[in-house]
Amino acid sequence: MKILVAVKRVIDYNVQIRVKEDKTGVVTDNVKMSTNPPDDNAIEEAVKIKEAGKATEVIAVSVGEEKAQETVRKALAVGADKGILIKTDGVLEPLAVSKLLQKIVEKEKPDLVFMGKQAIDDDCNQTGQMLSALLNWPQATFASKIEIKDKKLEVTREIDEGLETIEIGIPAIVTCDLRLNEPRYASLPNIMKAKKKPIDQINASDLGVDTSPRIEHIKIEEPPKRKAGIKVSSVAELVQKLKNEAKVI
Amino acid sequence: MSVLLIAEHNNQDLKPFTLNAVTAAAQMGEDLHAIIIGQNCGDSAKKLSELPLVKKVIQVEAAHYENFVAENFAPVIIKLAERYSHIVCSANTFGKNLMPRIAASLDTSQVSDIIKVISPDTFLRPIYAGNAFATVKSKDAKKCVTIRPTSFDPCESSGGSASIEKVEPGEEFNNTKFVKREEIKSDRPELGTARVVVSGGRGMQSGDNFKLITSLADKLNAAIGASRAAVDAGYIGNDHQVGQTGKVVVPDLYIAVGISGAIQHLAGMKESKVIVAINKDGEAPIFSVADYGLEADLFEAVPQFLDELNKLNTIQK
Repeated sequence: MKILVAVKRVIDYNVQIRVKEDKTGVVTDNVKMSTNPPDDNAIEEAVKIKEAGKATEVIAVSVGEEKAQETVRKALAVGADKGILIKTDGVLEPLAVSKLLQKIVEKEKPDLVFMGKQAIDDDCNQTGQMLSALLNWPQATFASKIEIKDKKLEVTREIDEGLETIEIGIPAIVTCDLRLNEPRYASLPNIMKAKKKPIDQINASDLGVDTSPRIEHIKIEEPPKRKAGIKVSSVAELVQKLKNEAKVI
Repeated sequence: MSVLLIAEHNNQDLKPFTLNAVTAAAQMGEDLHAIIIGQNCGDSAKKLSELPLVKKVIQVEAAHYENFVAENFAPVIIKLAERYSHIVCSANTFGKNLMPRIAASLDTSQVSDIIKVISPDTFLRPIYAGNAFATVKSKDAKKCVTIRPTSFDPCESSGGSASIEKVEPGEEFNNTKFVKREEIKSDRPELGTARVVVSGGRGMQSGDNFKLITSLADKLNAAIGASRAAVDAGYIGNDHQVGQTGKVVVPDLYIAVGISGAIQHLAGMKESKVIVAINKDGEAPIFSVADYGLEADLFEAVPQFLDELNKLNTIQK
């Protein structure tokens, strides 16, 4: 079984975002970039399945600018066998990304495609479901547990009401939640080894997909600021304030 | 052309946020239709028809719709999509799972999780965990939009009498089977709609200690929330998680106990009307959004809080 894992390079989750003064976006120069957190869970799960002898190959794919190669390299360092970078200028919408991934799926013919449930930059939560639709494959979104049963997967999904379990036939798409597993850190020897693993570079424009934006970003602004609050010195004061000032209890 | 809202329900009843979604959808066009797909969902369809903003209800029933599998739902909407300018749904796990499947099939770039309708093609949506707001204009002929329910008021729920049209079900998608759902039943208010939310974080130190949060929530008739750290540590179930990848809540009162205030947690609660933070670390980022901050050991402060509330004895239900 072959598993394709899609990973995205995003601003690190610990970085406090700054909006550009001209309102065209957020500041990314000299800002720490990392793998989108739930994509780390996706890679981890694929590698674990391979280590359990249930998969033979794990391929990491990213769509982005040249530097997204680092994100693919990191996936190789934690156990993916091969990388693919689909090079683009600038940021693509999930619809365009899923069409590009569809081309890779058609070429690589994986049995499973994993990715994070949502990217923490645009917060769209679309790509996995869109790819499932384009391929007409089953989708298991927000996965917190995956069990492989012959040609099927039993997936536990985190839903608003609690947990849901579905059974899907392979080939399938799974989007991973943060509680699926505990992503490992790459060891130094594995980082060195990853440097020798192959990364195929493909220009998005060579894949015959229309990736032009359908959504115009008119402006990006800072959200309204909350006015600064106060510190109270005791629980009694807190309760008095809540009752008499805020009037919420 | 009309706007189509996909109703969220549990067959017996509409989910409360469907009313918020109706409000949002009605701002995108005048003629609002609502579709309900399920099994034995006639009562819910009737309730939908009583919403004055809804001009027509489409009801589709079959056994394979009982458990809301997106692979079964999407073709039904796609088949009807021709008649509509907008397809709208709530951005909760139901809508997040379903809408992109519809959008991709219609070759539409979805606009996710909007918090404001500026015009029928222009919307405001938070990005980067709510640390930036993007004003976006969809250039697609057909818009697929998910809305953040807590950013819209619920619509009027009675007085309407829309017609209910029954539509033949589509085929079943055979490669996805529902197995089971483990819903956590509770007498408490729902996290998404509660007037008061009491949340615990990593500072609770154990699942057992969460009973302090439970007692405080009982006292305030509040829902129970949690930070991702507390859920990851197994102190409490995922259905309580508040944050960028969990639920977004906007209660009148949000009490954060032992929560440091990571960016992704703030994304889920910083629009709350009044925020209280109890944390022993005076430098914790949660204090930057708190209206009332109490720098204290939660294991002393929460029992005191309960005592003070008992003294007040005038808690609203």
